[in-house]
Amino acid sequence: MTTLPAPTTKKLGLVIDLDICVGCHACATSCKEWNAQGYSAPLVDQDAYGKDPRGPWLNRVHTYEVGEGDTARTVHFPRSCLHCETPACVTVCPTGASYKRAEDGIVLVNPDTCIGCKLCSWACPYGAREYDYLDGIMKKCTLCIDRIYNENLVVEDRVPACVRACPTGARAFGDLGDPTSLVSTSVREREGFDLMPEIGYLPTNKYLPPRAKRPGPGALAESVRPEPLAGSAVDQLFAWIDRALSGQGSH
Amino acid sequence: MQPAYSVILFTTASGAGYGLLCLMGLGMATGALPQDRLFGLLGLGLALALITLGLLSSTFHLGRPERAWRALSQWRSSWLSREGVLAIAVYPPAVLLGFGWVILGRTDGLTTIAGAAVAVLAPVTVYATGMIYQSLPTIRQWKQPLTAPVYVALALATGAVLLCLILAVTGIGARPAGMLASGLLVAAGALKIAYWRAIDLAPPLANPGSATGLGRFGKVHQLESPHSQANFVMREMGYAVARRHVRTLRKLVLALLFGVPILLSLLTSVLSGGAAVLAILIAAMCASIGVIVERWLFFAEASHVVINFYGGGPA
Repeated sequence: MTTLPAPTTKKLGLVIDLDICVGCHACATSCKEWNAQGYSAPLVDQDAYGKDPRGPWLNRVHTYEVGEGDTARTVHFPRSCLHCETPACVTVCPTGASYKRAEDGIVLVNPDTCIGCKLCSWACPYGAREYDYLDGIMKKCTLCIDRIYNENLVVEDRVPACVRACPTGARAFGDLGDPTSLVSTSVREREGFDLMPEIGYLPTNKYLPPRAKRPGPGALAESVRPEPLAGSAVDQLFAWIDRALSGQGSH
Repeated sequence: MQPAYSVILFTTASGAGYGLLCLMGLGMATGALPQDRLFGLLGLGLALALITLGLLSSTFHLGRPERAWRALSQWRSSWLSREGVLAIAVYPPAVLLGFGWVILGRTDGLTTIAGAAVAVLAPVTVYATGMIYQSLPTIRQWKQPLTAPVYVALALATGAVLLCLILAVTGIGARPAGMLASGLLVAAGALKIAYWRAIDLAPPLANPGSATGLGRFGKVHQLESPHSQANFVMREMGYAVARRHVRTLRKLVLALLFGVPILLSLLTSVLSGGAAVLAILIAAMCASIGVIVERWLFFAEASHVVINFYGGGPA
């Protein structure tokens, strides 16, 4: 059924910290690795080592330059399905292959009934759904449903592959419907935000904004520069050398 | 948006087919059209051929066409599913209408009811097609109140041109039908011009700064894309036609789909015999090319909000 379930109390999702993501793409590659062998059909790439590689990825990391001049910063931006509460990608599906689980809010595609009409990808503002040219069906993030409930895995592995792989802890998995959960707490404390709330899909996944920028390296170099005519003779010698090397002459 | 040729063929061919079917049904139900059997055969035959050709072509863009029957199940939420259900629902009354009109030569009872049924169901099917696009909140050029009405108006107008063609070919003459076709073309043209005006004024849904939520820190531009080659999303949603080509193509649509067919339909209503056939044949050919360009442009002009993440936008 592609009609949406009543609002779920459990809202499993990810919180992505844009402040500490280093853009290593480990989440994307581990996602590809896990999902190439698990739920749904394999995520096969075509011409993977050739001139025109193509194939579906469920998680992609963009790198943006934000701001200009001294205040410019680089922000790495992982982007995957946000498991929205009211997503049109589910309601537009003509076959019922696309659905939202009532028990935890995860949005999935049934690989056995998807006809590959691609309409769900048109309905998604986040580019989360990619068509698999080989399978002829749509692929998307499953929130690693075959890991998070998998009792054959040790407890620390029962999180999405992207979360497990992240070397900096920029990705957290949890229940965003529970206000006391770690993910909900971090969203509250760090003013986590929704992507494009104006579209009205009520995304479950949240993004934590980069923290305020610290003084840049230029200001820092100035502050540690040795004071001339202060300190011991050795200090003054180094201060003179510093000035000489900085091209400011000696006097 | 990437224009899928199978979808363009589907929406234009079956659009004209549904338009023609609607007018044939209306003509039978109201008695406004001649009850000639050859005319019934040609009119209903052409309409159903175009509809069927279009529906078959629409399955070519599916990754798994063999599962297409599943698309009939989700009519509660999906306009695509509703379109499928309606498209199938049109066939029984259309076949009944053809049977009564052409085989039995009846112009009363069930044949009239079947005519009224297709007159309602055919444009509603086209409306459902238009709503597939109009209901998407991600594409500002489609999320317009005129999207679905333009689909219906163009289906009726192109169907009316075909109706004139068949009336002329069967020697019945297209005097009132020519007026009807030109009137419907004028109405559809007015709607299309209003649609173009609306999409030119509609502000982008987002820009890279608002889409990423990073705009508060300054101007956002993509430094590195996630991958070296264009992916599905970029190929499907990133297709864009150059601004100056849009102007040229719109003029082409105005001339081929509206200008020439309007004049020639009017001319057909005063001509007779071979001259009328020739005039309406040219009108039909121009309108066919014009509506294909119009539909191609409908896709090519549409910008998807996701391209804000991929170094495009504002969109």
